[in-house]
Amino acid sequence: MSELLTITGLTKRFGGLTAVNAVSFSIVRGEVIGLLGPNGSGKTTVLNMISGHLSPTGGTIALGEETISGLAPNRIALKGVARTFQLVRGLPSLTVRENVVASLAFGRRKLWGEEADREALRRLEEVGLAGRAEHSAQDLTYIDQKRMELARALAADPELLLLDEWLAGLNPTELRTGIDLILSLKERGITILLVEHVMDAIRAVCNRCVVMNAGRKIADAPTAQALADPHVVTAYLGDAHA
Amino acid sequence: MNGKTILAIAGFIATIAALAFVPFVVGPYGVTLMIGMLGYVVLATAWALFSGPTRYVSLATVAFFGVGAYTVAVFSESIPYPLLLLVAAGIGLGVALVVGIATLRLAGVYFVIFTFGLAELIRQLVTWYEVNVTGTLGRYIFLPITPEGIYWQLLALAAITFAIAWWIGRSRIGLALRVIGDDEVVAVHCGINITGVKLALFGLSCTIITLVGAIQAPRWTYVEPSIAFNPTISFLTLIMALLGGAHRLTGPLLGAVPLFLMFEWLSANFPNHYSIFLGLIFIAIVFVLPRGVLAFIEERWTLWRRNEPVSGRTADE
Repeated sequence: MSELLTITGLTKRFGGLTAVNAVSFSIVRGEVIGLLGPNGSGKTTVLNMISGHLSPTGGTIALGEETISGLAPNRIALKGVARTFQLVRGLPSLTVRENVVASLAFGRRKLWGEEADREALRRLEEVGLAGRAEHSAQDLTYIDQKRMELARALAADPELLLLDEWLAGLNPTELRTGIDLILSLKERGITILLVEHVMDAIRAVCNRCVVMNAGRKIADAPTAQALADPHVVTAYLGDAHA
Repeated sequence: MNGKTILAIAGFIATIAALAFVPFVVGPYGVTLMIGMLGYVVLATAWALFSGPTRYVSLATVAFFGVGAYTVAVFSESIPYPLLLLVAAGIGLGVALVVGIATLRLAGVYFVIFTFGLAELIRQLVTWYEVNVTGTLGRYIFLPITPEGIYWQLLALAAITFAIAWWIGRSRIGLALRVIGDDEVVAVHCGINITGVKLALFGLSCTIITLVGAIQAPRWTYVEPSIAFNPTISFLTLIMALLGGAHRLTGPLLGAVPLFLMFEWLSANFPNHYSIFLGLIFIAIVFVLPRGVLAFIEERWTLWRRNEPVSGRTADE
């Protein structure tokens, strides 16, 4: 077992607010880890620090042997971390294909021209969007925008994929498709850290869950065990239910 | 390279060649008019090179234009002419890189205000220097360059600018600029070094703008800061690029030609009320054609085609 991601004492303060407080956990290559917790518990902040969107106030993040905390997001992307965003971020003035080419052209693979176009189409096929390749990205439905964003992240051939509530807002049928998609990524051996609230999805895809509350880690265990942890139940539902 | 591209390149070369003969056909007034027009075509195209895809609206055009003109004014007697252009381009690029490093982190309206302030700052600095150090406000430029010579230089600069813009539009860096314009956070997560890309394009755009000022300077014979750093130049460049459409290669050209001719006519016929018309036209363009003439025509065209009675099309809809 080799650790792909090692987070040690990670802390983020915004003025007087400590959003993430000395959080430590690690992810083994090939694992799918759920990062859970009530709203405002600091999950997305952790994700943002891993991808470099925010720089930590304290602690370290290592990808393999290499410390990546404090690097610019483009440097971290080139080391093999890709992500989707909580609020979908498509590139509206580009076509769907160009959205994926963006990640192929500047990511680790540096593909361009026909080669990049072919690869982009292949990536769009994986998420079921090949038919819309030449559409403008702003014309896509919500689920298709999410698919496009995932295709863009996958096109970077990441070692670590960060999904920030990628399944949120989907209807039951779309959710099934979404879960299957994540499971197929898991089979391919992609290491995934996902922030998620959809419990069915968490049970279906996560090997292990890290649970946060008010900026601290309160549980870190195999999925079923983590979800049954009294601290976790209290954090989500309040004392009476524990 | 497909047939269409080859045809476009051939058409481009033929156009430039044909334009090179214009001074032999038109009189001195024609050449003067063409110099002004070409100057704005290059300014607007160079402006759109950076500001079009990234949507960083720059009002610093005249800062660089003026730096070019003043470099020629100051060194016209000490540096031989072709070298003088290189020196001007170098100074323009240097200023652009320093300014770029300091400001390209600013977004939206802050960048607009900063660039406007920059143009004023440089003008005030030059004025202060001339008054306190040189002891005189204006300078004379005596260079043995004919209007035709200026015209041909501008034409060459226009050809180079279009070639660069065309190449960028098809290259990786062109895509990087569009990604940055849409969402900088996504851009940086795709692996794009956004500061590097923005700085490179801002530097390139400003260097070309500086050269326009340097090439046109000998036309004036006499320069002073209020002429070389006239903010109207920044606004005209901006509105020309917007009118044509700053996201397309030929957009700024299509905006610059008609607007330049109109402003020429207005300033000749209504010298005292010129700026009133200028303001009204600015407002009208922003209200009526916010995305430019080309985009407007394209939209109409799509609508018109959609409304055409097409038999059999309803079947699969």
